[in-house]
Amino acid sequence: MEIIDILLAASFWEAAIRIATPLIFGVLGALICERAGVLNLGIEGIFTAGAMAGWMAVWLGAGLWGGVLVAALAGAFFGLIHAILTVPLGLSQHVSGIGVTLLATSLSYFTYRTALPDVSSPPRIEPFRPLDIPFLSDLPFIGQALFSQTAMTMLALVLVFVTGWVLYRTPLGLAIRAVGDNPSSVEAQGLSVYGLRIGAVVVGSSLMALGGAFLTMSAFDAFFFGMINGRGWVCIALTVFASWRPGKALIGALLFGAFDAFQVRLQTEVGAFLPSQVFLMMPYILSIIALIVVARKAEYPKALLVPWFKGQR
Amino acid sequence: MIRFEPRSNPGPFLVYGVPVLAAAIAILLAAIPLALAGAPIIEAYGLMISGAFGSVFSTSEMLTRATPLILTGLAAAIAFRAKLWNIGAEGQLYMGAMAAVAVGAGVIDGPSWVMIPVVILAGMAAGALMLIGPTLLKTRLGVDEVVTTLLLNFIVLLFVQMMLEGALKDPMSMGWPQSEPIIDSAAFPALLERMRVHIGLIIALVSAVALAIFVKRTIWGFEIRAVGENAAAAKFSGISVTKTMILVAALSGGLAGLAGVSEVAGTRGYLATDLSPGYGYAGIVVAMLARLSPIGVIASALFVASVFVGADSMSRAIGVSSYLADLIVAMALLCVLIGGFLTRFKVHFDRKSAHG
Repeated sequence: MEIIDILLAASFWEAAIRIATPLIFGVLGALICERAGVLNLGIEGIFTAGAMAGWMAVWLGAGLWGGVLVAALAGAFFGLIHAILTVPLGLSQHVSGIGVTLLATSLSYFTYRTALPDVSSPPRIEPFRPLDIPFLSDLPFIGQALFSQTAMTMLALVLVFVTGWVLYRTPLGLAIRAVGDNPSSVEAQGLSVYGLRIGAVVVGSSLMALGGAFLTMSAFDAFFFGMINGRGWVCIALTVFASWRPGKALIGALLFGAFDAFQVRLQTEVGAFLPSQVFLMMPYILSIIALIVVARKAEYPKALLVPWFKGQR
Repeated sequence: MIRFEPRSNPGPFLVYGVPVLAAAIAILLAAIPLALAGAPIIEAYGLMISGAFGSVFSTSEMLTRATPLILTGLAAAIAFRAKLWNIGAEGQLYMGAMAAVAVGAGVIDGPSWVMIPVVILAGMAAGALMLIGPTLLKTRLGVDEVVTTLLLNFIVLLFVQMMLEGALKDPMSMGWPQSEPIIDSAAFPALLERMRVHIGLIIALVSAVALAIFVKRTIWGFEIRAVGENAAAAKFSGISVTKTMILVAALSGGLAGLAGVSEVAGTRGYLATDLSPGYGYAGIVVAMLARLSPIGVIASALFVASVFVGADSMSRAIGVSSYLADLIVAMALLCVLIGGFLTRFKVHFDRKSAHG
């Protein structure tokens, strides 16, 4: 009975969508990179960089959307490093990605510590406020669950449709999908394999950074060390779960958000019987289960992880 | 127009010089964040060197840091050789440490020559199992091991936290979540009086030499290299890829677990959730700087340990964030990646793009 009550509460779905938002940004970013044939394990560090850079920009006086832009640029910067190493140079995507994660994380932490050498409690900014849309926000249930989220959540939802439209309805999207399946065919069309792949990784990485920025500028109002806490890796798992499709990415992220919101509520009900760590483990265990469920039928982009060199047949 | 042409036979300068050069460039690049932080650059470098090598104490500290890095570096090197992307050394290290504490904190007792091998074997077995799981998921069900090993790092750390508040909690710790201390007979003896460096270092060095011989001189080592270079061809020539992968997982996870044993039984004396400042991840950098050579891992672990210890002591002295060390190590990884490319390819700058 209590379970039904939890699932029917608007506050539960409000939390689920809020938890899903950074994952939507992250999975969209990861799937754009992977659709073009490049695994981007820089994601965890790019989340950190986006969270730090966006927050720092606002803290230094920029507007909230200015902070979002700074975060996206930070993501694009680290994406460009990963793209140069893995696309024209064809280096190991695994190792380069881990390198970018280490670089982006340590650079973010170093910058934060250098700017704020001796703060004990992290300084706060004025984050994005919940929307108050006339009529829509006053609707029963959905008004609270969906239309009282922040503008960044709306941006994430819009980006799901934009990404789906670009990938499946435009010549650019066709080229991006082709470059991840059969790059030589793309070159035969007279298009630049390097250009498409580098572009996809840069754009995908800036979306990842927005996922981080959501955490410091919308979900919370400050930057903490270790606040990303594996969210980037969860996105890599969800990308496989979503079969590299934006629509399924949205569903996967929402399911994940719902499970996470559910376990938090369950914890308050049965928390006395189980250690809190069991609940904290759930998101990671869920991600692994999601991977196992889809592993057999997952259709990876055919040229994922395969470097391609100009003039190669 | 830039063209890349494969080199057939890179000379010894490229093979050994490039990683050294990459490390040097990473150190020099650290001048940029140092300058931006407003630190005196020359003095900072001086403090870094004296922090790692300035006294017997600082060198002992550096070697103490190098010990787990050699072991996690070997763990990454052997796994990457077989293209098993084990990014979970951090979790395997903690499982190893926890197993060592489970058997070595007073449950059983005996003479040192029994207890030390017992904690080592327990820790290596725990680390190995931690990687055999994801490896079986990979070979049986096609589940990508990168993501599973990464996510397991977080699961293991929470599990350790849970055990430290439960079954493994030290009742004398005044509420701090830490384990009971390793008993004296299971503790790794120190190498120098009043210094922290302990026989874990010797064990790590022996492991590196043993692994080098294993990879170069045994049939299993040959099979591991064959699977890493071309799994399909290896399978065609009758090598069981699954068995080889599981062997690699046992070795790699076992070595990472051993790093955890060495940290609890040698350096720290008890288990806590801050046992490793990311030795598992740093092991990847160590292995790449060593170009996956087990002997090279010794040298690159010493380099990474010097950076950590040197930058730590420098940052304390002039008030620069100690994340500078992590930054240098990350830059070294990217530099050696690019360097590896230059070892394999010649770069030509052509005036015209009309080349055949």
